Parts: sequence; structure tokens; C-alpha cells
Amino acid sequence: MEKRVTFNERTLPYLLVAPQIIITLVFFFWPSGQAIWQSVLIEDAFGGNTKFVWFDNFLHLFADASYWASARLTLVFSALVASIGLAVSLLLAVMADRVIRGATAYKAFLVWPYAVAPAVAGVLWGFLFNPSVGIVAWLLQGIGIEFNYVLNGNQALLLIVFAAVWNQVSYNFLFFLAGLQSIPRSLIEAAAIDGAGPGRRFWDIVFPLLSPTGFFLLVINILYAFFGTFGVVDALTKGGPGQSTSILVYKVYNDGFRGQDLGGSAAQSVILMIIVILLTVVQFRFIERRVHY
Amino acid sequence: MVENRPFVTILSHLVLVLGLIVIAFPVWMTFVASTHDQVTMLRSPVPLLPGPHLIDNYGQVLTEGFGRGSLNIPVWLTLVNSLIMALGVALGKIAISIISAFAIVYFRFPFRMWFFWAIFITLMLPVEVRIVPTYGVVANLGMLDSYSGLIIPLIASATATFLFRQFFLSVPDELAEAARVDGASPMRFFLDILLPMSRTTIAALFVIQFIYGWNQYLWPLLITTKESFYTVVMTVSRQANVTDSVPSWNLLMAMAMLAMLPPVLVVIFMQRQFVRGLVETEK
Repeated sequence: MEKRVTFNERTLPYLLVAPQIIITLVFFFWPSGQAIWQSVLIEDAFGGNTKFVWFDNFLHLFADASYWASARLTLVFSALVASIGLAVSLLLAVMADRVIRGATAYKAFLVWPYAVAPAVAGVLWGFLFNPSVGIVAWLLQGIGIEFNYVLNGNQALLLIVFAAVWNQVSYNFLFFLAGLQSIPRSLIEAAAIDGAGPGRRFWDIVFPLLSPTGFFLLVINILYAFFGTFGVVDALTKGGPGQSTSILVYKVYNDGFRGQDLGGSAAQSVILMIIVILLTVVQFRFIERRVHY
Repeated sequence: MVENRPFVTILSHLVLVLGLIVIAFPVWMTFVASTHDQVTMLRSPVPLLPGPHLIDNYGQVLTEGFGRGSLNIPVWLTLVNSLIMALGVALGKIAISIISAFAIVYFRFPFRMWFFWAIFITLMLPVEVRIVPTYGVVANLGMLDSYSGLIIPLIASATATFLFRQFFLSVPDELAEAARVDGASPMRFFLDILLPMSRTTIAALFVIQFIYGWNQYLWPLLITTKESFYTVVMTVSRQANVTDSVPSWNLLMAMAMLAMLPPVLVVIFMQRQFVRGLVETEK
């Protein structure tokens, strides 16, 4: 879409886009280009010599079992975050859409976790499950479950999933609620007159009509699990115990800053960029289609 | 409501109340912990109801801080830093995005679409995936340990630019035409007509971007080494990871409460703008 009426100025438009473009070039394009460039170089530990090595860094990465472990872990983690997060928020949204009394109050109380920083969310959940003073860990111990996320890798993973889902539920909830409220009442009423109960109406009418929202949220949640959960991991587990919660973004950071493996970290950056680009393309293709519904 | 089924309605309320309790529980426990003394918080099980030390704990973390070494800084200082960063990021994003959207919509000039796509691509390059080189650029520019280093690299915004572009495209052409007939310069038109009309869009974006800026974690963690630039979110997380002989849960949790209070208050008091901003920035 274009404007019919425009202004004629030569230099003004360039001055207006300049701040945004300069920041984009300096802080987005330049470092991304460097990541790509570094991913085909090897630098020795003293920073003196660099050598062009084609795709050696990538081959090295693909031969590294710990990288594949991290990739698998990231898939499991994002599948858990997305499925639990979407299921819980859909349930809450459907219920909030049903009730008449108190609907706005419920909404007000469900939206604020979005405002809590992922790193702080990590600290809160770490406190609840702390092996020595955590109240939930204590309750679990009472029923015979030894919960110690500092030592047990699977429990650590479960804990970062909880914290991440908690942080993201309000976002999903708001979108599901908006989606539910845009479904025409007449459709639901017609089904009710034909004798369909609430369960039948949900699965045959509401759920299919909600699927565009659900798909959009799925992509957003995967993006969030891949890239937005750095704070949760760093505050809670630092990737440990061992490598059991070292998801891909955490590994890029760890290998680059702690391990000083610049080439390897840059190669990981490039792979992550490709993942973001793919996910963003999927997201936009889908939104384009949604417009024609 | 299509039909009246008291059982299903009660069930709905039950599920919602249960959801609320689960969602509020971590914050409740944090609040409770922040109102007890250190000794109480070291005995398991910890209390479920608030204690009498609220003022002592908050007073201590705000004015003195706790712990050892570089983390022993008063929290009011980190709150001020977070506020500067959040306001800087939110206002900076809005300012540079609204003028670039104005240029892209209201002018025809060579490379216009190039600029548009360059801004669009930033969506695909989140900080997390290019951490090391971005740090390098900022270090080379001498922007480590400074407010400009905390703020400027984060203020390019594709979503804000799109949102303003979308809004400007919906503004009737007659307004620009009238302004031109009356001999108003483009900037005059922008300042006197477009800017006041964009109020609600600006408010919605402000809420979202304020939260985004306040909750930044990785970025301040990387580029600040001086305590005087620490933000509150990163200090909380760092404190939580200090392996002290006697952990001060009461003080740590008071700090966590202070770290989440400002953005949560913004969401609660500006809920309409918040929901609008959230839904619209994702289009």
C-alpha cells in the first residue's frame, strides 16, 4: 500500500531514516557480518594469527557430540515449553471466555507474569524448588520425591520449563482469549440448538476456528523457547548440572565468552541466525495467509 | 453464554481460581520470604504467611545492599539504572521509529524500499544469536560501562517502525493534502498533525518497550563491569548465584520484589495500552 499524497524533499527523508539505519548497520549488520566472517576463520589463543579455514568450524561443530546433545535438548525443551504453555493458556482462556462474572478480574490477574523478567522468574522458581529451603521441594520430599535440581539433570530441565512456561502463559492467554472472542456467537448458538454440548462445540467449532491463533502462538513460543529463555537458564542452572540444561543460545554465550572459542561460537551464531530466519519466514507466510481468511 | 449449565460454570471458576493460585504462588512466596528475618528463612519448611521484618529488609537492600564484593551495592542505585535504561530504550525506539516510518510513508526517494527491508531484517537478528561480535563492536566504540552502551544498541526496532507505518497508512490523505495546500512544511505536518494523532499508538508501544528495556538481562550483563551501571534484574540473578556460607533469602527476595514491581505496576495500571501494544506489535 502506498500514499497518494507525498511531500517533495530531497534530503529530509534521508535525515529522518538516518538514526534507525545507522544503528541497524552498526549494531545489527556489522556484528552479523562479523559472525559470518569469523565462522570461517580460526584464531589462535593469543589472538595473533587468523587463518581462513572454509567450513572447518562447522564440520568441527557437527562432529561434536556435545553440540548435538545441546541441539536435541533445545528441541525437547522448546517442545515442552510450547506444548505445556499452549495447553495451559488455552484451558484458562476457554474458561475465562465462558464465565461472565469476574471475567475482567481474572484477566487482570493473569496478564502480569509477562512483566516479570525471565531472569527474575528463574530466581523465583529456584527459590520454590531450592533443595534446602524450597517449599515445593519440601512438599515433594514429604510424598517421597527427592527433588534436587542442582544435582539431577532431568529435574533441572523440568524446572526451567516451568519457569519459562510461567513467564509466557499470559502472552498466550491474551491471544487465545482475543481469538475466542472473535468467533461469532451465532455459530456456537446454532450448534447448541442442534444439540451439541459444550465439549462437542469446543472440538468441532471453536478449536478449528482457533487454529490460526494456535499456529501463530506455536511459532512465537518456539522462538521464545529458543532465544528468550537465556535469562531463565542463566539465573537457575547456568546450563548445568553438567550440560543438561545448556540450550543452544546458552552454549553460544558459554563457548564464546567462557570458552573463548570464537570460531566455534561464530559458527553456532550463524546456525542460530538461519533458524531465526526460517521461523520468521514461516511466521510471516502464515500471517499473510491469515489475512485472506 | 449459550445455555445455563451451573456445573460447567462452577468448573470454569474452579479452573480459573486454581490457575490464578498456581501463577501467583511464586510471587506470594517471594513476598513472604522478604518479610522474615534471615534465621527463619533458613529453616525448612519456610513460613507461608508474612512476618514482621518487611521494613527492615526493604530498608536494608534499598540503602545498603548486601553480600560481599562488587555486588554489595544499594538497590536504589540499580533501580535508577534500570529506570534510565528502560526509559531510554522505550523513548529511543519510539523516536527513531516514528521518524523513519514518517520518511518511508510520506516521501518518495531512491533506496526507500532498501531502507525498509534493512529495518525489517533486524527482526531476524536478535542479540542472543550474535552475542560475541556485538560485544566486540560496542567495545571498539568505547561504549562499555556507559548508559549509551546500554541503550543505543537496543533501540533499532522493526516492530515499532511497522506499527507506525501501518498507522500512518490509515491516516486520511486529505490531511496531508490540506497541510500542503496551506503551505505547511513536512516537519510542521509531522509535529502538529501526525504526532498528536499517534498518541494511542505511542502509549501502547511505550508500555511494551518499557517492559522490554527493564527486563533486559544478557545485554547489561555483558557490557557493564562497574557496579555504578548495574541494573536491578542482573543484580538479582547474580546475587542468587553467589554461593555464600549463609544465604540471605529474605534480602534476596526483597530485591527480587523490587526488580519486578515497576514493570508489573506498569502492566496493571496501563492494562489497556499493554494489551493493545502486545497484540498490535505482533502483526
